Amino acid sequence: MSKISISDIEKVANLARIEISQDRLDSICLEFNSILEFVDTIENADTGGIIPTSQVTGINGVSREDKVTKSQVAPEDLLALAPETQDGYVKVRKVL
Amino acid sequence: MVDLNYLSIDAAHDMLVSGKVTAEDLVKFHLDKIKKLNPKVRSVITIDEKSAIDKAKAVDTKISEGKQIGLLEGIPYTAKEMFMAKGTKTTAASKILEDFIAPYSATAIRKLDEAGAILIAKVNQDEFAHGGSTENSAYHPTHNPWDLDRVPGGSSGGSAAAVAADMGIFSLGTDTGGSIRQPAAFCGVTGFKPSYGAVSRYGVISMASSFDCIGPISRSAKDTEIVFDAISGLDPRDSTSVDYKLDKPKEQLKAIYYEVGNEVDSLINNQNFNHLEVASTKPIKELGVTEESLAAYYILVPSEISSNLERYDGVRYGARTQNSSNLNETYTKTRGEFFGPEVKRRNLLGAYTLSAGYYDAYYKKAMQLRTMIKNRVNEVLDEYDVILVPTTIEPAFKIGSKADPVEMYKTDVLTVFANLAGVPSISIPFGFDESSGLPLGLQIIGKQGDDKKILEIAKTIQDATDYHKKVGEIKL
Repeated sequence: MSKISISDIEKVANLARIEISQDRLDSICLEFNSILEFVDTIENADTGGIIPTSQVTGINGVSREDKVTKSQVAPEDLLALAPETQDGYVKVRKVL
Repeated sequence: MVDLNYLSIDAAHDMLVSGKVTAEDLVKFHLDKIKKLNPKVRSVITIDEKSAIDKAKAVDTKISEGKQIGLLEGIPYTAKEMFMAKGTKTTAASKILEDFIAPYSATAIRKLDEAGAILIAKVNQDEFAHGGSTENSAYHPTHNPWDLDRVPGGSSGGSAAAVAADMGIFSLGTDTGGSIRQPAAFCGVTGFKPSYGAVSRYGVISMASSFDCIGPISRSAKDTEIVFDAISGLDPRDSTSVDYKLDKPKEQLKAIYYEVGNEVDSLINNQNFNHLEVASTKPIKELGVTEESLAAYYILVPSEISSNLERYDGVRYGARTQNSSNLNETYTKTRGEFFGPEVKRRNLLGAYTLSAGYYDAYYKKAMQLRTMIKNRVNEVLDEYDVILVPTTIEPAFKIGSKADPVEMYKTDVLTVFANLAGVPSISIPFGFDESSGLPLGLQIIGKQGDDKKILEIAKTIQDATDYHKKVGEIKL
């Protein structure tokens, strides 16, 4: 498959929501292409008509009785893990 | 003075019951080993000394009152940083979780707790289990007890090194592509990746959810089975957990061995085992799945990683950047500042292979390849009870010697196919590399649900050999 460029890396970094510093872009691009070259060997496999495997248990749609159960963790203990909270809510920076 | 070095679970239990040692002294013995050896091995991230000693005292009270204790009661163990144990720091060896205190316990930890085992320390790993050497820990690398200049393997390198250095009697690890078996092989200990779903993943930090398995690292197949029996089973909190009907094996079993060109090849051919016949020996090429597995794995796993690790966004838990002016910057800068290089690499790779235009060529094709690999492995296992194959081609490598990511990925070449197929595999110590004298591992692989069968075979092999009894001397 085609080689990917620095602008491709910037696009993917945006999709992954990871800030990459400018001085790392070159080396990440090189590593990325070497990894892609390595995984591109799957091109050679004849997978025509093969059903994809996304999980190996064969279990489909596990359900439980529709009954309220008490959580083992108190909401305030979970909130205490957040970097910033206010009035029982998680607080974030402005969206726009 | 009784000798407490390198005890099996059975032996430690007998000593506790007969009063030769107290649980408190047993725990203190292992805590002292950590204090003495950890500055060299650097396996431990957090010690839980006070709580461990308190729990040991409670076991001693029970024994002194003449009450019966279970096999695991009072047995000190360690767990990889992926495992949440309520109230303990759980970092996944990442800076993004540096101050994260687990609000509840993983099912595996809770079950061990209920069985009375005592968690003494949380141990190092590659960050979020991304790696094969424990060099990707955001804190420090761990050293192999057999040769401190070498890696212990990874990603459960802290667990394998802790067991090899006798810092705890067993450890819990996670295995997504070999992360229990490869470090077990490198450190000369026994590591078990059960069938996918046999042990609940609840409360264990996720890497790639359709691959992740939880299992013990210990010094024998016998100890491994004791821990596996305690932690396995259906869990309503993990909808992918499976209630395998775990059968004991039939009397005479037939194995196929795949040669990879290391010392294990000749050792296997010169060895006879009770109830196990190595009926066929073939070059690894004829299994026909190893190279393909590696390529499919390094597409599928980064894809699942990129989706699983979206949760580290600086909002609900974990570290948050101080330098953001809006929510999007909170995401990008938090992840940019606190993820290590390999974690970033895999997130980017996964975002790429899942992105529009590439999904069919990469992700879908790799899932189809996964089907073919699974079918091929099962086809061999229709003909033979188990597959025997070394765990790695080479023994533990030097720290810093695999700086190229692809070279590091290739260390998983003999282990990943078991994860793609979901089948159980145990790595047991089997011989030593001729030039370095370092331990090598042998995998025993069975069909999904054959966990008891491969544990039984591992015990049979360990009855006939003493590779698992050898220990690496640490130069202090």
